[in-house]
Amino acid sequence: MLSRTADNLYWIARYMERAETMARLLEVGARMSLLPSAHGYRNEWDSLLQASGTAGGFAQKYRHARQRDIESYLFFDLDNPSSVASCIGRARENARIVRTALTAQVWDAINTAYQELRALERTPRDRLELSRLIDWTMNKAAIIRGSIDTTQLRNDGWDFLNLGYYLERSDNTARLMDVKYYVLLPRVEFVGSGMDNYQWATLLRATSAHRAFHWAYGGEVTARKIADFLILNPQCPRSLVSCMDGICGHLKRLEKAYGRPSRPREVAEKLATELEALSVEEIIEEGLHEFLSRFILEAANLSGVIFESYLSGDVR
Amino acid sequence: MTTYFNEMYEKGRVRPHYRQLEDWTKAMPAELREMKQAEAEALFRRIGITFAVYGEGGDPDRLIPFDMFPRVFTAREWSRLERGIKQRARALNAFLCDVYGRGEIVRAGRIPARLVYRNAAYEKSVVGFTPPKGVYSHVVGVDLVRTGAEDFYVLEDNCRTPSGVSYMLENREIMMRMFPELFRENRIEPVDSYPEKLRRTLASVAPAKCSSDPTVVLLTPGHFNSAYYEHSFLADLMGVELVEGADLFVEGEFLYMRTTEGPKRVDVLYRRIDDAFIDPLCFRPDSLLGIPGLMDVYRAGGVTICSAPGAGVADDKAVYTFVPEMVRFYLGEEPLLNNVPTWQCGKEEDLKHVLANLSELVVKEVHGSGGYGMLVGPKSSKDQIAAFRARIEADPDNYIAQPTLALSTTPTFVNEGIAPRHVDLRPYCLVGERIELVPGGLTRVALTEGSLVVNSSQGGGVKDTWVLAE
Amino acid sequence: MILTVEHVTCYRYNRPARALVQSHRLTPSTCAGQRVLEWVVTVTDGIAGGAFRDGAGDWIQGWTVPGPVSEVTVAVRGRVETSDQAGVLRGHRELTAPDCYLRSTAVTRADPALAALAAKADGIEQPLDRAHRLADLVAEAILYEPGATEAHTTAAEALKLGRGVCQDHAHALIAAARVAGLPARYVSGYLFTDAESADQEAAHAWAEVWVRGLGWVGFDPANRCCPDERYIRLGSGLDAQDAAPIRGIARGPGVERLEVQVAVQAVQQ
Repeated sequence: MLSRTADNLYWIARYMERAETMARLLEVGARMSLLPSAHGYRNEWDSLLQASGTAGGFAQKYRHARQRDIESYLFFDLDNPSSVASCIGRARENARIVRTALTAQVWDAINTAYQELRALERTPRDRLELSRLIDWTMNKAAIIRGSIDTTQLRNDGWDFLNLGYYLERSDNTARLMDVKYYVLLPRVEFVGSGMDNYQWATLLRATSAHRAFHWAYGGEVTARKIADFLILNPQCPRSLVSCMDGICGHLKRLEKAYGRPSRPREVAEKLATELEALSVEEIIEEGLHEFLSRFILEAANLSGVIFESYLSGDVR
Repeated sequence: MTTYFNEMYEKGRVRPHYRQLEDWTKAMPAELREMKQAEAEALFRRIGITFAVYGEGGDPDRLIPFDMFPRVFTAREWSRLERGIKQRARALNAFLCDVYGRGEIVRAGRIPARLVYRNAAYEKSVVGFTPPKGVYSHVVGVDLVRTGAEDFYVLEDNCRTPSGVSYMLENREIMMRMFPELFRENRIEPVDSYPEKLRRTLASVAPAKCSSDPTVVLLTPGHFNSAYYEHSFLADLMGVELVEGADLFVEGEFLYMRTTEGPKRVDVLYRRIDDAFIDPLCFRPDSLLGIPGLMDVYRAGGVTICSAPGAGVADDKAVYTFVPEMVRFYLGEEPLLNNVPTWQCGKEEDLKHVLANLSELVVKEVHGSGGYGMLVGPKSSKDQIAAFRARIEADPDNYIAQPTLALSTTPTFVNEGIAPRHVDLRPYCLVGERIELVPGGLTRVALTEGSLVVNSSQGGGVKDTWVLAE
Repeated sequence: MILTVEHVTCYRYNRPARALVQSHRLTPSTCAGQRVLEWVVTVTDGIAGGAFRDGAGDWIQGWTVPGPVSEVTVAVRGRVETSDQAGVLRGHRELTAPDCYLRSTAVTRADPALAALAAKADGIEQPLDRAHRLADLVAEAILYEPGATEAHTTAAEALKLGRGVCQDHAHALIAAARVAGLPARYVSGYLFTDAESADQEAAHAWAEVWVRGLGWVGFDPANRCCPDERYIRLGSGLDAQDAAPIRGIARGPGVERLEVQVAVQAVQQ
């Protein structure tokens, strides 16, 4: 397929996954703001902006971090390239360009989400509950993802869509954890406190893994268990190991379909093998932040290799 | 008081081929009609057909009003039109072949050299090169109007990249989805073979250097273009890649597209982009849309470009006047379709006539399109006419004039119910190894009462166009 | 006369280009008065593309250089036997209608001053005499002075300035001839100059005017003569850009630096 088409498909998936993550983050924010406020709620929303990587842009636009402004900024603001509206808008623009590479159902799902978003934008903000916006986003993301899974031809285009999803997801999971460790938690003395546990639980909610976690581990929520769950547990759909497994699978399919050796597959498998060989103790020994930073870099390197090998159009 | 030919009624009596539609509308209560209309609009919006026909620009998310009342041609009417359109398409291609070759028609004095060789659309760089099968214009869109039972006139020819065919297909699709019973009761010729016929036409003109199954692609200016929907729709239905300039590159003797598996050779380029933008090396050095080196590959026979660069010289409004002459000169036949009598304001005598009769004429810019820059005399105020007179006098070469034609009407759904509205017709003639015409076309309708301007930018809509089987 | 040509163009990019595409009009015309003894064009790492003779009789050869590429050298080396044809283009096969060359381009558009210049030759009945007169008028109105104008200078600007190089002379003559209703075109080629007029460049340009009954006739206002055995004709066009011996585009973020060396010499006989 055209490299540009593959690139558009890949970005549809990345933007949709990013929109979903943004909605989850908003949910986390909403929950955290219900916490008994020991240190004022400003910090919590601040950390949310940090987590989404949008603190700088927000600060340029607003003087104070007011909940309503933050919600608007993270959901509707087109000046914020990571807002739900921006992501869905860009996903739809990419989809419009490769309309012919999508099934009617997938296009319909993306286009409907976009049209409904336009309608939401026209609705007075005081008539929009945050929870409704979050539910709406999750719902649309699920419909799009589902229509991709059930209707798209299992060809190379499907692989590029999935590569986009998995790469974005691994990046988001890593960043969410990193943020929890270094930003969400305001002071070191809170580590291990009730506050800490509550925030870990919130992180689980942000990855929609709250109940799954309990099924898998049971008992008390600890940083160790969560690190194991979100990094190493192949049962967790958002764990780094699961994402890498998905990436490797799709790169292998591409290698086979194209009948030519693939460097991205080699790079991805090396990364996956290293990850699987790790224990949670080793990760904590290295330092969770250090480990996550390293992973984020390596994942970015992998997307670079995928771009060069398939998407740039310069492949010979 | 002008009388207009009504395609459905004759002296108050319904013509036989419209009889079933009359029953159909009588049986349809107003609420149902409104519901169906809303349903049709929702369908259009969901499919994503929001584009301007004929490159009129404007809001990219605009819907063109769809009128559910079909326009009907009998088999006999159509077969006459078909022969006339095919004849015209052959003559136009013969003309292009000739003027980029020896120019016999000019040497014979049948058309002035100035109109051809000094025409901005005449492409000097392709002189002496004959495209595969001698075809320059692979899709000829002929704009027709009707003034009587047997009277059809050609308003203009579109030899480059006539747009709007996706409407012909989508209008039919939506009608079949909403009113399946109409298609059971009437024997309506299908139009859905158009994309496959277009693909076959394009494949049939693959260059000699192409050894096996030719790879056809559709070149679009990009997703910001107002006709992008049509481009992607056609590419999809033909099963060919939709490419932008940056997806293509020249290497050695051939044209390639950039794919995830490396370069893939392209044999036929169906471009929906103007000559000026296809190769910055040959035409506009500032164009980012084009593919550098494409014209060299083309002229050396490495790829076929459809329509051929330079085809535009045949659909110029001044050259139009000579199409009947082309039919006689190249085919030795009498033209089956009439031209509208046309005065060239660049000629002194014609200009005199035009200025003296402005209130009765339609005046158009030679290179204008989309219903802009035109004067419809009988529908204009004194001030408008005076203002237009000044424009003509300032640059007479830029204008032609034609009598105001009494465009036929067909019944159309309007707020008050059903009323006659003026229509035109654009069928799409395919020219490759064979010449083919799908039975149908795009009917545009002037939705405003009394209006003769059917362009969507001026309040025009579209209709499904039926050709009944024998 | 036997002339040797050595024409080397070097393109350098500060950042590698993604790819380079060129279209060459670098082969001597097939016509009376010039016979190619030897002619080779090379492009470093280049892939030769399609080649063909266009409607104006020019031999066009495409080239591509796959990237990444930082330096490309186009070298032309050859020997041509020439003879004086009094400026008339004979034995040249072409199909393009002379009327095509009545069209003006951005750089050959006639302003009132050019039209006034052309009007000075009004009343001369014979088109050939008229063309000669126009060439003289242009030569008088524009003094040869390298560096006074640049590549994009228009005929009107050069006339206003009163100074220019061969390109400006050719453009001005073309513009004036077209005003006078004579089809005219730009010709690019090489010129052999002896030591006395060494400041003339070896890569040269002049104009051809269509004279009914005679055909295309060359005029070189810069040297106040018609092309003779010192000239090698490569190709023609509506203006300098249209007739350029090398047209090329490099895709990439880099900045291009160009170096050209041309030497035309007469072989001792």
